[in-house]
Parts: sequence; C-alpha cells; structure tokens
Amino acid sequence: MGILVNKETKVIVQGITGTQGSFHTKLMLDYGTKIVAGVTPGKGGTVVHNVPVYDTVNKAQSMHQADASVIFVPAQFAKDAAFEAIDAGIKLLVILTEHIPIRDSMEIMAKAKMEKTIVIGPNSTGIITPGECKLGFMPAHIFKPGVVGIISRSGTLTYEIANQLTARNLGQSTCVGLGGDPIVGLSFVDVMKMFRVDPVTKAVVLIGEIGGDLEERAANYIIEDGFEKPTVAFIAGRTAPPEKRMGHAGAIILGKAGSAESKVEALRAAGVHVADTPAEVADYLVKLPGLKEKSIFNSPQS
Amino acid sequence: MRLLEYEAKAIFSRYGIPVPRGRVASTPAGARRVAELLRKPVVVKAQVAIAGRGRAGGIKFAATPDEAEAAAASLIGRELKGFKVRRVLVEEQLKIANELFLGVTVDRVAKSYVMLASPVGGVEVEEIASKSPEKIIKLPIDPLLGLRPHKTREIAEMLGYRREKLLSLADLALRLFHVASSYDVELAEANPLAEVAEGTFCAADARMIIDDNALYRHPELEKRRPRAEADLTPREIKASEKGLSYVELDGNIGVIGNGAGLVMATLDLIRLKGGKPANFLDVGGGASAEKINAALNIVLSNPNVKVVFINILGGVTKCDEVATGIVRALQAKPRRRPIIIRLTGTHEAEGIKILQEAGLQVLRTMEDAAQRAVEIAT
Repeated sequence: MGILVNKETKVIVQGITGTQGSFHTKLMLDYGTKIVAGVTPGKGGTVVHNVPVYDTVNKAQSMHQADASVIFVPAQFAKDAAFEAIDAGIKLLVILTEHIPIRDSMEIMAKAKMEKTIVIGPNSTGIITPGECKLGFMPAHIFKPGVVGIISRSGTLTYEIANQLTARNLGQSTCVGLGGDPIVGLSFVDVMKMFRVDPVTKAVVLIGEIGGDLEERAANYIIEDGFEKPTVAFIAGRTAPPEKRMGHAGAIILGKAGSAESKVEALRAAGVHVADTPAEVADYLVKLPGLKEKSIFNSPQS
Repeated sequence: MRLLEYEAKAIFSRYGIPVPRGRVASTPAGARRVAELLRKPVVVKAQVAIAGRGRAGGIKFAATPDEAEAAAASLIGRELKGFKVRRVLVEEQLKIANELFLGVTVDRVAKSYVMLASPVGGVEVEEIASKSPEKIIKLPIDPLLGLRPHKTREIAEMLGYRREKLLSLADLALRLFHVASSYDVELAEANPLAEVAEGTFCAADARMIIDDNALYRHPELEKRRPRAEADLTPREIKASEKGLSYVELDGNIGVIGNGAGLVMATLDLIRLKGGKPANFLDVGGGASAEKINAALNIVLSNPNVKVVFINILGGVTKCDEVATGIVRALQAKPRRRPIIIRLTGTHEAEGIKILQEAGLQVLRTMEDAAQRAVEIAT
C-alpha cells in the first residue's frame, strides 16, 4: 500500500534509451515496478530490457494505458516531454531530470494544474513504496516496507535517513522526493495530506533544507489543520553561511526567511521533533510506542 | 549568474526601459572622458555584484570631470565587501522627484513569476517588506498567459499614478516583464525606479540574476561566464569549469559529497562535533571518476585543509566510479594528508573493494566518519 503508487501502477519511461534511462529502467524492473513502455522520439520500434519503445507518449498510451510516467529526458527537452505526457492524459509525472530552467518548470506546473496532473520533481530522486514500486534513482536495498512516511527535498539525505531507519527495523510506507529545485510540483503539505488518510502510515519524517518556505508551511498545516500523526524533521544547512549559494538556486538564504533557524523554530512550535543529526531521526522514532509492532511487513530486503 | 549594473542597464535599455545616460570605464582617465562627454554632474558607481554597495562606499558624486577622475581612482582596484572593483559606471546625476521599486522575481509558492512594486524605493524597500509587507504590491503572473497589459495599469494605479504617468509606468512594467521572461531571470529589478522631473521614469539602478540552468538559451551571457571572476575565488572558478558546486569556507576539514542536502548535513555534523569545514563541495548526481578526481584536486589545493572527508551515498552515483576517481587522484599525486571515506549505496561492494585494494580505509556511517575527521583536524 502506501500513497500514489503501488504494485499495480503501470508506468512508462520517457528517455528510456539514454544511459541513465536504460540503467535505471533495469533497476526499477528488478524491483518489480510494472514498466509497460518506453518513449524516445526516433527510437520507436526498438526494445530496452524487454520493454517496447515508442516515438510518442500518445502511441505508448494507446497501447498500454499507463498511470504514471518517469521522465529521464535531458533538461533542454524535459518541458516538452512533460507537456507530452500531460497531453496524453497521464496523471502522475515523476521528473528526475535536474537543471531544468525555472521558467520551464513554472510552465510545466501551470499546465499540470490545468489538467489535474500530479507532478513529483523536477530534480527529484523519485518515489518508492518499498516492496511494491520504485519510480526513481534510489538504491532499493536501503528501503524496507513499513509504516514511516518520508517526504524530502534532498535525494541523498533521504537515502541517509531511510538507511538508518531500516537499520533500526523501521520500515517505510512511501518515500517521496519532492525535488531540490525552487519550483517543484508536490509540497510537504500536499504529501502530508495523503499520508494523513493513508492507513499504513503511522509516523512522518520531513527532510528539509534552507531556502523557500515549504517547511514553515508544513508547520502551519500541522497547527491549523491538527495533523495528528507523529512527525520528526531534519533540516540541512543549519550552519550554512548566509547569502551563499549552496549547490542550487533552491537554497539561497535571503534574510531570515528560508533560514534553517526559521524552519527549525516553526516546526518545533508545531510540536515536531527536529533532529540535530540524521541518526537522531531514527533514535526518536524507535521510542514512539507501537511503531515497530505495527511494522507488519517483514519481507526480506532486495 | 549575477549581472553587473551596467550589463543589466544595457539590457533594460534595449527593451525600451529608460536608464540614465552614461558609460562604463575601467581607468580613471576613461571615467574623466565619460564625464566630459556627459557635460553634467555625474555619479561614479563601482561595478561589483553585491547589494548594499552605496553603504559600503561604492558610489560617489562628482560635479566636474576632475572630480569624476578622482572618484574613479579611489574606487578602481579597491575591494568592496571582498570583491575587487575593476570597472566603474559613470552616469549623469538625475533630478529625482520620487523613488519607486519595481521588480520581477520567482514565487515558489505561486509557481510563477511575480511582479513586486512599492511606492517607496531605494534601500528602505527591504525594511518595508519586513515591517509592513501589505504595502508591497504583489502580482503573480500566469506562466502560460504571461503578463496582461491591463494588470500593469492596475499596478500603476495602486502606486498612485494617473493619466500619462500611469500609462508610461504601465508600459515600463510590461517591458520589465519582457526582460524577465526573455532572459530567464531569477530576479530583474529597477531599484530605485526614479520618477524624474519631467514626469517620466528612469531605472536609476538595475539588478539582474539569470537562472544558470537557462544560460544555454543565452549564448552571449554564457560566454561572459568566466568573467564572473569578481564573484569567485580561483578555486571556485576552477570548480565551476569542472561542473562542481563549490563554496569556500574558512575551516580546515575539506568536504566532498554528493547531493546538496547531504553535503550541507555533513557540514552541520562537522560543526556539531566541534570541527570547521573548509568548503562545501557537491559533485552532483551520477559523478564520473574524472569529476571525483577533479574534486579531490581542488579541495587538496587549499593549504588550510588538514583532512578530507568524502561522504558518498550512491543512488544515481555509482560507488565504484567514485572509488576509481579517488584512487586515480591519489596515484597521480600522492598526498600526505589523511582522507576519510564513507561510501555506501549503488555498487557499494565494488567500490569498497577498489578502495581497500588501494589500501584506503572505508567507514560505514557518516557520524563515525565525521568524528574521525574532526579528531584528526583538531
């Protein structure tokens, strides 16, 4: 179970013939993800890891009726790929591509909103419901089925924390990588709303970083809407020097807004436990009553 | 990429936004000639990519060409907030009746460009934004439809203008939006936007920050990229040429990692354990052995670095590639400084094998590795 995807989700991969697309398609298939088709313009009729490749999403859709598309297309062409998927009626896009221009992302999000399409990313590590479906880059052996939902703006930090949860026998319901860009599809609040009504998820981990105010908005949501599932957060960049650009435009601190301090304060005020180190996230969760006992899935790690 | 004021003004001017008459000069004699040509009292402004330049002494007024030359001589070659002044912009002094603020930036929540306007401009606009944010006009712009001209007339009206002034301000706002969307900006602003005596408007100062990811659409700016020298240290320039995201800090523990979030968390952890990071270096996703090699060379070229902490958690990045890069860098130039490696994720076993065969020790958790690095550095 979990949110957004499961073992029945039918998936197409846009950019399946590229180096990354092909490599990660193999890993996703190995994990059990139901990839029904690939799309690369000009490569229609070929086959990648036994998956048929089409020139257009429309053609792939008419043959396979997919639920989701994973986009591996290079940044220059990613906007058109996203528009193509939305136009073909796909309702869930996972955009893994990084370095997409901000203006292109704004257009993708406006188009998606119009067509009621959910977008994860861009510059996302993807989404995984352990044991069922993986759409993205994440190293699968780190994850294990369970009851903790993870929402994160940072790819590698997600692996770091999921790894530690798994090591402590705390499995995950679904892990969603929001993406590290200034403009992304889903926000913390959007995903918290899904975890709230998901019967499997018993606790939520928020992995944030400096820049923007998605974390502050999550804190407001907890207070104003009475989000009741226990929540723990980790915020990266607490010692980052102000006005330095740390890696990407999503992490510029301007004044106090968007600073780690402001995020930590807001989350603590909302009753969220904010961990000082990645390891402390698991330390906190193992102490929550009933969390491990409800970890009914105990399938072996793949 | 931050543009310098004179570069932003050249673009504004091409889009029909009035800017003061003036030219850039890189010598005091050049500044004198511009003042002579303008035949007016002038402003001599240091061209550095920082905010708060006026307060730092980077703007001088000159009534005569002699004074302009002296002002330029006092600015060129000097450092302002750590940035060396290589050029000055010499402009006519404006007779300003009123100062406004007009800008376009990215609104993460609305997921669109937003036009910001305020009836008060200059340095006070930030104070107003924090103390009485309701006084700042905010207009989100539909990414698919663009800015409708009638919306700019509403902004001009809210700023308190009527008749011809309203029309001329609305026209200017539309042009500013065209600059923003044509140049893929993160920010384009006129601050102050001066209402000059004749009842027309003029961008007294101009700032533009271009989205680096969109530079391929603007080859003329891409070419200028190396000249962003004023904003960067030599090591930062080298890193940017190699496609690495590097920020120099003042500590002694070199840090290399993959993913901005993980690297930031690594810096935080080092601090928490009492150490001081020498840099932030994110090799990005899917780094090749060459990239890792280059990263290690850049970090080790900093003489302050006592120990290097490499923290890699491979997803799209493959651990064996990383290990190969490390071994290659060390074989090319053996180092005396210790290297602490934490490596896990995709192709982990292969990566660890490569490192162990080269005689390098690998730690399993970032907590242990950070602890070791801090012990060695202090």
